[in-house]
Amino acid sequence: MEFAQSLRLILPEEILSIGGLVLLLAAAWLGDKASRAISIASVALLVAAAAVTVPTLSGGAMGPDTQAFLGQFRADAFAAYAKLLIYVSGAAALMIAPRFFEQFRAMRAEYPVLLVFAVLGTGIMVSAGDLMTLYIGLEMNSLAAYVLASFLRVDNRSAEAGLKYFVLGALASGILLYGMSLTYGFTGTTSFAGIHAALTGQLSTGALFGVILVLAGLAFKISAVPFHMWTPDVYEGAPTPVTMFFSTAPKVAAIALTMRVALEAFGNQADAWRQVVVFAALASIVVGALGAIGQSNIKRLLAYSSINNVGFILVGLATATQAGASAMLVYLAIYVMMSIGSFVAVLMLRDAESNQIESIASMAGLSRTRPLLGWCLLVMMLSLAGIPPLFGFWGKLVVFRAAVDADMIALATLAIVGSVISAYYYLMVCKTMFFDEPADQVKGASDWAHWALLLIATLFNSPLGYLLTGWFDNLAGKASAALFLAA
Amino acid sequence: MIGLEHYIVVGTVLFVLGVLGIFLNRKNVIVILMAIELILLAVNINLVAFSSFLHDLTGQIFAMFVLTVAAGEAAIGLAILVIYFRGRGTIAVDSVDRLKG
Repeated sequence: MEFAQSLRLILPEEILSIGGLVLLLAAAWLGDKASRAISIASVALLVAAAAVTVPTLSGGAMGPDTQAFLGQFRADAFAAYAKLLIYVSGAAALMIAPRFFEQFRAMRAEYPVLLVFAVLGTGIMVSAGDLMTLYIGLEMNSLAAYVLASFLRVDNRSAEAGLKYFVLGALASGILLYGMSLTYGFTGTTSFAGIHAALTGQLSTGALFGVILVLAGLAFKISAVPFHMWTPDVYEGAPTPVTMFFSTAPKVAAIALTMRVALEAFGNQADAWRQVVVFAALASIVVGALGAIGQSNIKRLLAYSSINNVGFILVGLATATQAGASAMLVYLAIYVMMSIGSFVAVLMLRDAESNQIESIASMAGLSRTRPLLGWCLLVMMLSLAGIPPLFGFWGKLVVFRAAVDADMIALATLAIVGSVISAYYYLMVCKTMFFDEPADQVKGASDWAHWALLLIATLFNSPLGYLLTGWFDNLAGKASAALFLAA
Repeated sequence: MIGLEHYIVVGTVLFVLGVLGIFLNRKNVIVILMAIELILLAVNINLVAFSSFLHDLTGQIFAMFVLTVAAGEAAIGLAILVIYFRGRGTIAVDSVDRLKG
């Protein structure tokens, strides 16, 4: 009975794993000519998984009924919220890929299959209720992601990105695992609930090392400073659809996982990790803002922008309150749409020979040569900068409000100063697009899937996004309530 | 008598060696793969030692998972290295510098 119940709770994972394996066989038999059909089938799998996840979130599922396999796996509203964001970004990465890889004659049937497995891994990460589930989900995502980063074999930079991602990702997993082994040794259990109960009062040195190493490993995965150095290289070198995927799904999953580990498993030790998180948040905001200045490659600039955004999200974690968790979830959703929009826009920058354009200088005068693309990119940049009429402002507002409510006014003030600094380079991109002499390099046509995604993301980030605030507050509230019920 | 602390010390030494091996090594990417294996071995020693000390099987089950994933990780690392070598003709660590800024 218990087993049957568990199998019902992991329905989205079953759909993705069985569907992914079937598509793997199809890819092996039909070869690369079927890659478009397999991409469409993969999107259908993600839609099906999302459809069975929606009721979990809208019903606000929480408590013992959502625990599968003796608490190893949680199918609660919090996991459902993160999973829906992951499925959206996975589907976007699938839809924009065929057009991109076909121009290099490098579209392979394995791409959608690997992406489905990466999405499955991220889904398991956000549902983890035990260190073992956490590790398996993390590795399932990472192993697929290493291959995806080096997928564009005609480009030397892609293999180098894959190699760097692999080495630093493996190091991060190693640090995380070592922390988990210490945590297990000093608490005697690997389940989050058990660790929560065991870690009370003064921490022993070994347990403290365990907590810090686990958080350091997770900081690698969300590319928070001081563990951010791989991000610009990997984002620049990986194929753009893959970069878009990296900046959304694994990041959402790693942040959700960090929330669950910090607030639930280490929930009784908030005072021990708060200083670390405050430092990582402020350092990420500052390094993300200063590092982006002077970048000439738009993908590198967006990598620093994502480091900067992770800093703002960590401000919410530093509060260790339910309001802070809810603010982080709202920010994450807006961040995912901003990332999708800006990377799709970057993907659409092609010259007459349909080579990708990545240098910011070649975007000069884009507003006159390609007005619609220029304006969409303007909305994305200003939204990332958090300038008020756009929806990106709302994400920053809720996070800062949570920090002020938790009496962390100094942290909120410093974060706002960092946000002003980071506005500089977003505005530089806008200035290049709108006021410089047209370089007239962007010529290539884009297909409908790119335009559709870009317009949806632009509408979402435009002031129209504010129509969704009530809805988002409600969903994020349910998700964070499920997270804090266990903590 | 060999107790828990001896195993923990060996694990710590192996872990530190592995991390240093990744950062100090200036020669060859294969050495980095070996250093990663060293880190995972340190974790396994820790897990099995704690498991035996606590009379709790969870740690040994965890170690089995780590072993399996380590095999997959090594396979993927070598595959990426082969692609890299094909494009660049070398696997020296200093040559991994095409991306910077």
